[in-house]
Amino acid sequence: MTAVLGASPAATESAPDSPPGTGRVSLVFTALIVGLAAATILSVTLGSVTVPLGETLRVLFGQEASDPRWSMVVRDLRLPRTITAIAVGAALGIAGLQMQTLFRNALADPFILGASSGASLGVAIVVVIGGGGASGFTAGLAGLGRAGVVLAAALGAAAVLLLIVLLSRWVRSAVTLLLIGVMLGSATTAVVSVLLVYSDPQRSQQFLVWGLGSFTATTWSDLKLLVPVVLGGIAVALLTVRALNALLLGEGYARSMGIDIRVVRLTTVVSAALLAGATTAFCGPIGFLGLIVPHLARMAFGTSDHRILLPGVALLGAVLALVCGIMSQMPGTDTVFPLNAVTAIVGAPVVIAVLIRSRRGALGAAL
Amino acid sequence: MIPSSTVTPGVELHDLTIGYTRRRALRRGTVTEVASGLSAVARRGELTALVGPNGAGKSTLLRTLCGLQPALRGRVLIDGEDVATVKPADLATRISVVLTERIDPGLFTVRELVALGRTPHLPASARLSPEDLAAVDQALEAVGATRLASRQFSELSDGQRQRSLTARALAQDPSLLVLDEPTSFLDVPSRVELVDVLGRLAREQNLAVVMSTHELELALRVADRMWLLGTDRTLTCDTPAALAESGRIGAAFDRGRMRFDSRTMVFDLKPEDSSV
Repeated sequence: MTAVLGASPAATESAPDSPPGTGRVSLVFTALIVGLAAATILSVTLGSVTVPLGETLRVLFGQEASDPRWSMVVRDLRLPRTITAIAVGAALGIAGLQMQTLFRNALADPFILGASSGASLGVAIVVVIGGGGASGFTAGLAGLGRAGVVLAAALGAAAVLLLIVLLSRWVRSAVTLLLIGVMLGSATTAVVSVLLVYSDPQRSQQFLVWGLGSFTATTWSDLKLLVPVVLGGIAVALLTVRALNALLLGEGYARSMGIDIRVVRLTTVVSAALLAGATTAFCGPIGFLGLIVPHLARMAFGTSDHRILLPGVALLGAVLALVCGIMSQMPGTDTVFPLNAVTAIVGAPVVIAVLIRSRRGALGAAL
Repeated sequence: MIPSSTVTPGVELHDLTIGYTRRRALRRGTVTEVASGLSAVARRGELTALVGPNGAGKSTLLRTLCGLQPALRGRVLIDGEDVATVKPADLATRISVVLTERIDPGLFTVRELVALGRTPHLPASARLSPEDLAAVDQALEAVGATRLASRQFSELSDGQRQRSLTARALAQDPSLLVLDEPTSFLDVPSRVELVDVLGRLAREQNLAVVMSTHELELALRVADRMWLLGTDRTLTCDTPAALAESGRIGAAFDRGRMRFDSRTMVFDLKPEDSSV
């Protein structure tokens, strides 16, 4: 890319004395927190049945609604769905950011690199082959069975990512590496389809529905597993902030600053596998969020600094996931759209618009 | 306590063999030797220029010097200590680099980029202490980039980029600063300016500064010491005047009608009819 672009508006706006961007960063964080609160309330309020806002808030604060059905709808359906969306959005945002930095590629995310396919394979092996009990699909697996599915999904995601990391020792080109990820993803998906041939048709049908993505299949007991695993993945991610920042300068510079590349890769893969694996196990492979959230966060905050981006993508991911969840439920109707259709329909235009509007994005320097 | 007379402050190469092991998928790696028997010193407070024809192994030598790749044989000592025995995290507080590869770090202001140089001094959370911030400001000031601090790195000219990357390396607070071809993308004024800054940094901050360059005539004028990596894969370490005098520069660089004049320290074109 060309280095000489002339002064940007952002550069001339900032006051000469204060560190640049500080005001903007707190402003964006404030906006995201307000947005998260608003989206959470909407997600709990809206749905096929209209529950008055006052009644909803009563249930949220531990009281009973005047109609017991409303209590049930809010407490057992909408609240788990809302918490799931927040956890999944945060997890996919962080995993996407990790992949984009680790592979130094603006198009990397857990879905594209095949981590979600790996997770699907893990789920398919446990559910379709292992049986996992006679009852329905993952929704029927309680307790340890469910934990087994999550573990299998995380292992599947980790296996694909580790394979890509291993290949990255020989493949220098980021584009080639991305293509290898896409190929691995396709091959893994193909193995899943082959597995489905040997399972009974009802199971296959359930698997396909699960593959469309959904926040609505999780129960309170699922959340007891999903939330801690996502928090664990985020905690591991926080340990790598310093190293990920150094990696933005390339591996040579990172090593010259004392960063052990192998440790960073392994830590990041473990963290991303936990995040992508857990979300895939409960909600199916969800595309687009992991890809677009880091880009939107970079443009909103105006920095590539992981100290700001890591909490930033978690918040933004949660907000976007909630919005997509609300849209997939079409308020006031019984219609439910596949979540992946919504993320793509919302996500694709956003990405294109943002890339065209941003000169840096158009020049391929959005990372 | 070691008597100070036995420790040479700066960098020493002792009978060093450089090269690389090429990793190959599913096969055994192959070892390629680039140059051997290299011995030289680069002292603190001095600007040392590494020159040599293309392909002589300047980059390999610099990468070995700063610990980015292991020496095949021999030793590199920094302030009397073998770099092979120093942990990478500790080495990073003593050696910093400006690499030749173009970087595209994304959305970073110059100040944020320079602050990345503090990485080896930071906790895992990457939180900058007041001392870190002061080191960043000093580094910006030392290379004359204070006025660029709030500009986006991606929007700088090549000369401003090199200046910022030098500030980043300086913020790392090293005793040895290594630069691989820092002048290669720059126009003539920027080249002279950058090399001038490097010489000043070496003196004022008591750093050993080692840079490789194709700017032979410029290097001969401003460097305190030269390392000449010749086509015969040997390393000569001397002052610019002595090196010019010895005729080794001519031996390494003379091509066709171009001859190095050791008296004026520039290359001349010999008239065609005067050739024998």
